[in-house]
Order: sequence, then C-alpha cells, then structure tokens
Amino acid sequence: MADRLAGIRYLLPRWSGKLGTGLIMVGLIIAFGLVAPLFAADPRDSSNKGLLPPSGSHLLGTTKLGYDVFSQLATGTRGSLYVGLLGGISAMLLAILFGILAGYFGGWLDEILMLITNIMLVIPGLPLVMVIAAYVQNTEGLGEFARSSTLVALILGVTGWAGSAVVLRAQARSLRTREYVAAARVAGEHGLRIIFVEILPNLVPLIAAQLIFGVMAAVLGEAGLSYLGLGPTNSITLGTMLNDAQTGQAVGSRAWWWFVPPGAVIALLGTGLALVNFAIDEIVNPKLRLAPQAARRQRRATKAGRGVAGGGAFA
Amino acid sequence: MSGTPLRQAQDEALRRTRGEAVLTATNVSITYAVEPPVDAVREVSLTLHRGEILGLAGESGCGKTTFAYGVNRLLKAPAVMTSGQVIFHDVDGTDIDVTALSGEQLRRFRWDKVSMVFQGSMNSLNPVMNVRKQLHDVFTTHRPQMSRGEREQRSRDLLALVGVDPGRLAAFPHELSGGMRQRVMIAMALALDPQVMIMDEPTTALDVLVQRGIIRELMRLRERLGFAVIFITHDLPLLIEISDRIAIMRDGRIIEQGTADEIYHNPSQPYTKQLLSSFPSLTGARGGFVRGGAQ
Amino acid sequence: MSNSLEVRHLCKDFRLRRGVHFDTLHAVADANFVLEPGHTVALVGESGSGKSTIARIIAKLETPTSGEVLLDGAATNFSGAKLAGYRRQVQMVFQDPFASLNPFHSIAHHIERPLRIHHPELSTAEVRRRAAELLEKVQLGAAYLERRPHELSGGQRQRVAIARALAPGARFIIADEPVSMLDVSIRVGVLNLLAELQRSEGLGVLYITHDLATARHFSDEILVMHRGVIVERGPADDVILNPQHEYTKALREAAADPDRLGRLRDEVRAEQPGGTHED
Repeated sequence: MADRLAGIRYLLPRWSGKLGTGLIMVGLIIAFGLVAPLFAADPRDSSNKGLLPPSGSHLLGTTKLGYDVFSQLATGTRGSLYVGLLGGISAMLLAILFGILAGYFGGWLDEILMLITNIMLVIPGLPLVMVIAAYVQNTEGLGEFARSSTLVALILGVTGWAGSAVVLRAQARSLRTREYVAAARVAGEHGLRIIFVEILPNLVPLIAAQLIFGVMAAVLGEAGLSYLGLGPTNSITLGTMLNDAQTGQAVGSRAWWWFVPPGAVIALLGTGLALVNFAIDEIVNPKLRLAPQAARRQRRATKAGRGVAGGGAFA
Repeated sequence: MSGTPLRQAQDEALRRTRGEAVLTATNVSITYAVEPPVDAVREVSLTLHRGEILGLAGESGCGKTTFAYGVNRLLKAPAVMTSGQVIFHDVDGTDIDVTALSGEQLRRFRWDKVSMVFQGSMNSLNPVMNVRKQLHDVFTTHRPQMSRGEREQRSRDLLALVGVDPGRLAAFPHELSGGMRQRVMIAMALALDPQVMIMDEPTTALDVLVQRGIIRELMRLRERLGFAVIFITHDLPLLIEISDRIAIMRDGRIIEQGTADEIYHNPSQPYTKQLLSSFPSLTGARGGFVRGGAQ
Repeated sequence: MSNSLEVRHLCKDFRLRRGVHFDTLHAVADANFVLEPGHTVALVGESGSGKSTIARIIAKLETPTSGEVLLDGAATNFSGAKLAGYRRQVQMVFQDPFASLNPFHSIAHHIERPLRIHHPELSTAEVRRRAAELLEKVQLGAAYLERRPHELSGGQRQRVAIARALAPGARFIIADEPVSMLDVSIRVGVLNLLAELQRSEGLGVLYITHDLATARHFSDEILVMHRGVIVERGPADDVILNPQHEYTKALREAAADPDRLGRLRDEVRAEQPGGTHED
C-alpha cells in the first residue's frame, strides 16, 4: 500500500501565499456554514420587526418579513455549499466518464462521447438550466424533491460538465501516448486498470482544478437560478436570500444589510476557490510557478551585487 | 553599407587578422540562483580565434550550453553571471566589452557580430510567416537602409548559400523538412555577416545523412566567409572530425583544451579518455567495445 | 521453427490525410526475419524508416496491415489469455527512460506489477523478493524499490526498464533505441548490461538503433531499413565493413569517424574556387 501512495506527495500543491489565503477564505466560509446554523436563531422565525438595521440582538438586522439576516446567512451559506459541492462533484464524475473514456479509448467511442459533449457545450448554459429546472419542477409525482436543493444541484451538475470533459479528454489523449502507458500494456495490464492506476493519478491535479471550478460554477448557477425564482423553494441558500431581497425591494429601501452579506459571501467564496485553483494550476503547469520565481531570484542575485552583467535574455 | 568595396575591405581585414583572437572569455562563472545555488560554469577562460572551429564537448549538465548563452548574454533567469569578462575583438580593431553592453547596443551586437543556432532552432521559425518575410524582417530590423530589392536579393543569396533552392522563399515552415528548416535558420544566422557563430547541438535532432549535409555546408561557408564557430555537442567523434581546437567541459570547468589531433591521439585527462572510449569505432576491432561481448 | 520469434511478410500502412483525399504510407513493406534465443539482431535505420513500427507490432501495440508474427512457429494473432502468454515471452524496452516510467508510482510498482500479472500464484513476500532480485540483476539493488522515477538518473531508469522487461520471464526483448537518450558516457554501461543479460539468460534481442557502430559491436546480424524496406542484411561485420547497398554505404559515410580528422576541412578547401586559404 505504501508504494501505491508514494506519488501523492508530488501531486500536492506547493505552499504559497495564494494557496494559504485561498484556503483560509474557503475554510472560514465552510466553518461558518457548518457551525453558525447550530447556535443562530431560527432563520424562519418571522416574529421580529421588519427591516431592522444591524444591532446587538440582530447582528445583521432583519428582512422585510422579519427574518433574522444572520441566521438566514448561516443557513444559506450551508445550503449554497451543499448545492455547490453536490453540483461540482456530479459534474466532475460526468466529465471523468465522458472525457477520460473518450480520450483513452478513442475511435468511435470518442466520436459518440464527444458529439454529446459538444452538443452540451454549444447549448447556452443558463437557459438550458432554466428550461430543465422549470420542466422538472412541474413534473408530477416528485413531491418534495421537485423543488429541493438536491435536485437543483443535480441539474447544475448534469448541465455543467462538458467544458471539463473536453479538458480531461485532451489530457487523457496525451497521457495515452506516453511511453509508460504503452509499457503498462506490454507488461500485460488491462484497459480499465491502465485508466485507473496508470493514468488517473496523474490527472488528479487537473481533476481537482476542474472540481473547484465546478463547485464555483454550481454556487453561481444556483444563485442565478434562485435569483430568477427557479431555485429551491423549501431550503434557504445565498441565492434565495438575494431573490427575497430583490422581490422585497431591499435596494430601494436602502436595507444594505439584507443583500450585501449574501453577495459578499458568494464573492469571497469565489475568490477563495479561484486562489486555490491558481495553486493547483501551478502543479499542472510548473512553468507558472517557476518562471516568475526564477526572474525574482535573478533580480535579487543581481541586486545583491553578485552579477557582473545586467539581466539576461531581455536586458 | 552594402557596397562591394566594403565587403572587399572586410574580406581583406579578415585575411589579415586570421588567427587573431575574435572572442576572449576570461574567468566566466555562471550560477543558477536556485536554492541551493548551482554553479553551472566555473571560471572558464576560452579564446576563439578568427576563422576557427572551436569544439566544446561535454555531457548534459556540464555547463556548455549555459556558457554559450552567457557569452552571448542570453542567460535566462535564474542564471546569473557572477564573475568574468567577455571581450569581442571587432574586425575593425575596436574591442567590445560584451558584459557591459545593455539595451540597444546589446541587441545590435547579437546577430550582427555574434549569431547563434541551437538544437531547437528549426522549430523557432514563425509558423504563420513564410521564409521570405522572416528573412526580410532581419534586414528591416538591423539594416533599415536596405531597399526592398536589396533585401530580396540578399535573401535569395543566403538561401542559395546554405543549399536551399531560393524558390523556397515563399514556403511556410511546415512545408520544409527539419533539415531544410535548420538550413534556413543557419541562413538567418549568417544574414548580417557575423564574425562568430555559436552553434549548440545544431544537428543533433536530425538524421545522420541530413546532419552530414549541413555540416559539410557549414564547413564550406566557413571557408568562404571566414567566420569563427563555437560548435557545442556531446558528439566527440564529430568534433574531432571537423574542429580545429577542442575544449572538454565537465562540472562547469574546462578540464582539457587542445587541437583536435591532440585530443584524439594524446588526451591527458582520464575523463577525455573515457568520453573517447564511449564511442565505439565503426571499423575497429569487432566486439572490442562490448565487454566480453558476442564472439 | 520452434524456439524463435519470427516476422513473416510484415506490412504496415498508415493512411495520411492530404487535404480531402487520403494517401497511403507504407511504413513497413514485407519485412521478414527470425530472432533466436542467444542472438542479437540489429535493425538499423533513420527516423521514419519503419523500424519502430516493427517494434510496436512485435510488442502488440500495433496490428500489422498484413503478414504475421510467429512465436515458436505458431501464429500470434490472438487476444485475452493467450495474449498474456505471448507477453510473458516477448517484452520491450522503450527509448525514453524519462517517459517510460510512471512518475506517480514507485520503482517497486513498475517491477512488481508484471510479476503479479504473469505469476498470480506468488505471495506478496515472494513478489517483493523477486523484484529485489531483478534489480540486483540490473546492478541497482533492492534499495531502489522504494524510490520514485524522478529520483533516478537516465541510466538508472533504463536499468529499471530492463528489469521490468525481464520480470515476466521473457525470452525475447525488443530494445527500441535503448541508449539514444542517455548521456554518452553511460551508454556503454547499459549496452554491456544488455549484452551480459543476453548471454546469461539466453535472450533473443532485437536491437533497434540508428547508430551503426553500436549495432556492429552489439549484434550478430544487422538489418538495414530504408523507407519501410529492409535493403540489406547479413552478419554484422559484413554489412558494416563491406556494405553492398547504396543506402548502407551512404549511412556509413555519414557516420562521424574521428579517424577522418581534418579530412572534411581539406576536401571543402580543395573545392573552393579561389584555391586554399593558407593559415
């Protein structure tokens, strides 16, 4: 087992300011979503006075209907993270299925899988999600599930995998022609084992990057859907909060405490995930890290008076 | 500038100064500023004489390429030249301190006085421009006073010089074979009549027959134009065949220098002997190379 | 023929797209030769001559357009369990030691997997013991089992690749330019190792190379390939010292030879219209 895990260390991102900042931001938001709902007041308690500005008893004030914004934000963050994670993971699984199978096996399987992928790519994303969401939510017999955040997440996953599949296919195609894959075939390994043991581990950074991208897309997609009124109705997310704020004319009534917090959490989550993604990109493509680092070191060494000739190629 | 009298004067000067130094590197050290720093080139001193082919041999990582880039001030980060001096002795008698050049002077020095051809050169042609445009660009940048007709004439001459049909001026890089593209790169390197050409494994990626053709062409051009060459390769037999002098590099130092004949017949360093013995003789004793090999 | 690996009337065409229509490239045209245990056959040619295509067909990485590969006289166009049996006998060493080992896995993985695939009856401890033994055979030692490819030099990686090829218990090894990407001073070591193993294990080796000199010193028979066709064949010394085909002669002429020191310069000088420059 030890040798099977031997490679993992080289797949981990190098520690950097970007990665640290990103992880802290994402970590704080996740902690907030997990912990805050436990001690916050009931987000559906409408017995408070409406449109109270932030104060000691209501940290972020109340909405028009008297809901406590802080409680709503805590539960909404949890709801959005759930949609993001579920949507991101389902998109990633579909992308792996389509991208890696197409890339590795090639031939007619590649043609068929890529045809489907390309169709998914050219259909404009948000309208498709809207149509599917509207259709599914009106289907008889789904009951509670019809307007749940789980279903919204799955719809976002099913519509959001195509871009990642193209990226993974390209990489799998390139790895397929590597000599170590040919060597594994000559050694007698079978197709699926080659995919999962020889190729997939080397794709982990890329898949992680696509997953993070998928999570971001699902969080934003859910916010968009909810804002348009097509989101989950029986749960609270950052998107439903923004939708409430919009219908309640929060901007008009200058209730900034109502729409700024959910917007800020979405923006911070997106920024944090993007920063983590940069760090992963640097493993996928080491030049992103090495080139600026090298230039810095050369400058430093020259400044320290160790160089006899000015800078290098671009002096 | 492009008139023949000057060309003749240059030729005359070349003949007169043949055998004199054209490039002197003294105590050049180059360090890669990584953690911990790597000393790639350590106090290398080398003199290149006018019109000679100087072979620089060594294995990967010995610093030969870093040294060549350093001489032409083409070091890429994080490489830093930490000591030493490179002087270029121009044919008109002035000395240029290459290490002190910067900006526009440096740009004019490269290509004009010292040009470079490297292993991947053939892949650095711009794929969306034809050969004519890329050759003309050299002149519009470095010889702005040349007319269009002169540029065209010179481009055709250059291609003919390196053994490529001037009709291929309209060709795009992908329409040329690897050997042809490398010849075009040599033509570009020759475009401004440099006095020194630095060639870093210029033929390693090519097939032996093509390689032979290019080497022969290079030797011809050297005789006609009188430039000096620093030829860098790991292929010691090839160097012995074509070089006037050879320097062997190892771990950033030049451990042995001599004429090709001395290096081949009378190497003083064990490493040189080891390098020589790494190349089996094509016609020597059968199986002498494989230790106790097949009968 | 029993106890041999034979290639009979092997052809491989590739369809190349040229604009709207397709051209056919005959990468290999009617190749025939026999590989026997204890013998080395060198396949010499330039890039694009089809020599690597033959290697890939024998290693069952490509299928021939026509013709067949015979193992011990029997046809080998099968799949499944029989293909596994073929792979146990015929193994390959690839050209690029930096690409032929998976950067994610340890050296142990590379050697133990073929052992497990071809000898499922072995216990984990036994597999480990044999892997260590194989590394000893290629002069690396058991300490390398836990290392990862990026910690090894090119020469060490190629030794691992040889150990991997030996792991199933192969009788025939296809070595596709096994030293062309290594530093010159370690090439001899790797070639000598292959030569020693060839003798001690009685292997049949197909040595694919563009280098005439090592082909001569390392093999019993040489086949010269040019544009998919084997243009000349014979005992190693005859082909190199007394080439018959024009292409073999040209190759020989083009090979660098330190004994011709200065000759090229003198030839070129003699061609110059203005006579010779005097130093």
